[in-house]
Amino acid sequence: MKTIYMDHAGATPVRPEVLSAMLPYFTEQFGNPSAVYDLGSAVKDAIEEQRAKVAALVGAEAKNIIFTSSGAEANNLAIKGVCLALQHKGRHVIVSGIEHHSVLNAARYLEKFHDFEATFLPVDRYGQVDPERLAKALTPATVLVSIQHASNEIGTVQRLTELTAVCRQAGVLFHTDAIATAGVIPIDVKALGVDLLTINGPALAGPKGIGALYFRRGIRLVPQIHGGIQEDGRRGGTENVPGIIGMGRAAELARHELPERAAYLQKLRDRLITGVLTEVPEVVFTGHPEQRLPGHASFCFEGIEGEALLFMLSRQGIYANTGSACASKALKTSPVLCAIGIRPDLAQGSLVFTFSTTNTEAEVSAVLRELPPAVAKLRSFSPVWRKRAAGGAA
Amino acid sequence: MYSPIVMDHFNNPRNIGVIEDADGFGEVGNPVCGDMMSFYIKVQDNVITDIKYQTFGCVAAIAVSSIVSEMAKGKTLEEAKKISKKAAAEALGGLPQNKMHCSNLGAEALALAIADYERKHQN
Repeated sequence: MKTIYMDHAGATPVRPEVLSAMLPYFTEQFGNPSAVYDLGSAVKDAIEEQRAKVAALVGAEAKNIIFTSSGAEANNLAIKGVCLALQHKGRHVIVSGIEHHSVLNAARYLEKFHDFEATFLPVDRYGQVDPERLAKALTPATVLVSIQHASNEIGTVQRLTELTAVCRQAGVLFHTDAIATAGVIPIDVKALGVDLLTINGPALAGPKGIGALYFRRGIRLVPQIHGGIQEDGRRGGTENVPGIIGMGRAAELARHELPERAAYLQKLRDRLITGVLTEVPEVVFTGHPEQRLPGHASFCFEGIEGEALLFMLSRQGIYANTGSACASKALKTSPVLCAIGIRPDLAQGSLVFTFSTTNTEAEVSAVLRELPPAVAKLRSFSPVWRKRAAGGAA
Repeated sequence: MYSPIVMDHFNNPRNIGVIEDADGFGEVGNPVCGDMMSFYIKVQDNVITDIKYQTFGCVAAIAVSSIVSEMAKGKTLEEAKKISKKAAAEALGGLPQNKMHCSNLGAEALALAIADYERKHQN
């Protein structure tokens, strides 16, 4: 059976070009970048080349990129690093309610251990933050606002320039988690008006275990990993050299391929969305219809549960994702789906597809063939669906 | 993540469906919490002669209701009442730790269906 993998936001294979760039750095080019002799300095030079490539992907300069171990670490460094550096000015941080856990929990950590107040901003039914609402949430004590560029769960892209304008006017720093968008839609940190921006290596079809943070010149960051002078003293620990090489190569490829890639993914996405909404009754499309990631389609099906649907599809070789409580380790309804006003029982039936350019039209056709009977079968098992069909309340 | 027995019951749920003229009906759970099970039984001479169910929930929930229906069919009411959540989980070759609560639901729904029958048929 052929595998149809459509969970690229969850994990994506490392591209062969990326892997081959990395391989020498496990063996021949093993030197410590901090060493003064050739074996070290050549590696240091290679790291700086990658820094420039990652910077170019987001319209930044190389010296304003810090490599981290992950997108989560970059988010932590941005939020804790900035807030702790600016705590003498104020102890208030604002994040949206639909951020990644690395953002939400970094804000909670500041509340719990550093006397900060954290505001979790609500979003509208598409998952967007209202700029006026953000303006009203700002206080003289606010030192940082962190709002994601796009959601990996519902695909919505924020109207970021409107949000950053609010913060610039108020003199408050703005961080965005761009894990879902870097390499996917064009990013220019200056045009967006962001002060800090998180990028993740795996999201670019690079290796796991590598991420990066862009920070505008002059921004002070308290290191979250104390150590040596690596990353200009902003992050201790010997560099993950193969990871950095992989991320750099992946960023370079992503930048060159971006326009073509986005157009291709959007075609697959639109076909899947139209197909599902036509072929399956009682389904709700989640997220923004237009302002959304090009390779992202998300739905909630009435009367069924998402984990069961994932297993049903995986029998046909189709791999997707769900925000269902049953599929989460914590067994909690997805906070993102709650935040956009999806009923908890409907949120159980969540299904998320995320594409890459390795996906094809034929694969979308196969999903459109297999998904409707899978949904129908689970509905035939479901007492909730039976009640709904009988006209009773679910 | 799931045992082969769990996957078998998920892929081919036994006795799934509804009994329109059931002698006993029991329902537990709540779609808001993630799982809901409805059990239907037919009883003759104190024996469960037929059993059907519907389940809204994950792989574990569907497999649990399937195995409970298999364990209960043909049993006397007294025997069926003794089907425990532990026995259901064991018969499935075990469940992941965070899915153990699903095994409660199967036994509970069956117990409610039996209680419903007994309430209707007490003299």
